[in-house]
Amino acid sequence: MDSYDTSESTPRHSASSRLKDYFIGATPLQKRLESVRKLTSFIPTPPRRKIPQCSQLQEDNDPQKVAFLLHKQWTLYSLTPLYKFSYTNLKEYSRLLSAFIAAEKQKGLAVEVGEDFNIKVTFSTLLGMKGTQRDSEAFLVQILSKSQLPYENREHKVLWTGWFCCIFGDSLLETVSEDFTCVPLFLANGAETNTAIVGTWFQKTFDCYFSPLAINAFNLSWMAAMWTACKMDQYMAATEFLWSVPCSPQSLDISYAIHPEDAKALWDSVHKTPGEVTQEEVDLFMDCLYSHFHRHFKIHLSATRLVRVSTSVASAHTDGKIKILCHKYLIGVLAYLTELAIFQID
Amino acid sequence: MSVLRPLDKQPGLNTATILLVGTEDALLQQLADSMLKEDCASELKVHLARSLPLPSNVNRPRIDLIVFVVNLHSKYSLRNVEESLHHVDTTFFLGKVGFLITGAAKADIPARGPHGFSAAGREGHCSIHRNTVVRLARTYRSPLLFCDLEVEGFRATVAQRLVRMLQICAGHVPGVSALNLLSLLRSSENPALEDV
Repeated sequence: MDSYDTSESTPRHSASSRLKDYFIGATPLQKRLESVRKLTSFIPTPPRRKIPQCSQLQEDNDPQKVAFLLHKQWTLYSLTPLYKFSYTNLKEYSRLLSAFIAAEKQKGLAVEVGEDFNIKVTFSTLLGMKGTQRDSEAFLVQILSKSQLPYENREHKVLWTGWFCCIFGDSLLETVSEDFTCVPLFLANGAETNTAIVGTWFQKTFDCYFSPLAINAFNLSWMAAMWTACKMDQYMAATEFLWSVPCSPQSLDISYAIHPEDAKALWDSVHKTPGEVTQEEVDLFMDCLYSHFHRHFKIHLSATRLVRVSTSVASAHTDGKIKILCHKYLIGVLAYLTELAIFQID
Repeated sequence: MSVLRPLDKQPGLNTATILLVGTEDALLQQLADSMLKEDCASELKVHLARSLPLPSNVNRPRIDLIVFVVNLHSKYSLRNVEESLHHVDTTFFLGKVGFLITGAAKADIPARGPHGFSAAGREGHCSIHRNTVVRLARTYRSPLLFCDLEVEGFRATVAQRLVRMLQICAGHVPGVSALNLLSLLRSSENPALEDV
């Protein structure tokens, strides 16, 4: 384990320093063992990432079917691999989960599986929501309410939606055994109590662990750069940033909105390598914005904390809330979020 | 003189002076107070500065140790330190400079959440990646300390360490010099990563 074969690194990582080769050449398992051996946690920062492009698999994706995923605010959680989860038992899971929810709602009373209640739970798979063929299939859980009215076709109102996905989760897939299903990213929309109930059921049934995925300012600036780099035919919204100034007694918020075409022009002037985003480009992009703001307002935005980034592709908040606006780059956005979720699990 | 040099002044009798450079005024002040509370055979002097170069019209003692304080929550503090480093003479980096990083800690007490959902810690506030500062310390061949300066206990511990380092850098500990200390601190790191 002491010598790292630098020929393993792919041509695009022809970085000059051995430090980068050390992190990129090693497989994830080697990296994990190495960091355990040294009792330190090394956080490898990829010095460059791919700009989200339309992936091959997304061509099969029917825009209509995933339209309900867009324009909704999702709360993010990272999820450890599920033990003995099977895609063939989805009906069984929906019955068990609806019984559990009913039990939670009427604590203390006896519940039988199969009885008719006001709520219905459905499990379904989302086809096409994966980065590579090896990724686990994404699946969706919905809590629907059955209306009380005695019509023949009862309207089902969606009370809560949650979906699990894994996009380019190779680094996690390599290290888990066959019995586990890896769907590290969980997105929830709906009442917090329902999220907690569903989470508890999953934790009990599949021995996994949910934790809220917060996005720190460093990752938000990466997102801003990557999403500004995406080619868009038309811009639906301005590019907006929100900073929180730490001061007592109440923190101030600074909001900075730019015309999306200006942001893209700025990015194009900073961007050098086609198809990839590097750390230096992200830093330069953000520094340009900071110095422009400083010139006009004499405020150092770099001393404040970036809290929210909103572009025409998607908008993200540091508390772990995301809203995806563009169907074309859905997979790209989710790929980055999956990477953050996997990093949080490790 | 705009560049700080380690040996351009006479040392004071039994005096050791440390210069703390950083943008976080409140934290530097608290750290200075913690250091002055420590029991020390030598007389300690703590100077605080937002950035270098220091104003030249002030009469100040010889500086034995410079500690640059970077807050991971603020990119501005990193830029400030990077610019200040230009005003320090190269001979200072033979053991008389250190970097102190704050803001990396996770919150100790997880916030209550229903059914065991825990809230994310203060790492959610970081604007700078930890590796950036690690690389900075490696470039300048200087020791790197991590401490959450807002917590009283951790601050007292790092104040103790800094006082000890300061005594060595001022030459008050017989048999150990600043350069000795530097090589001792460096040998615990992974040799494969030394050469960046």
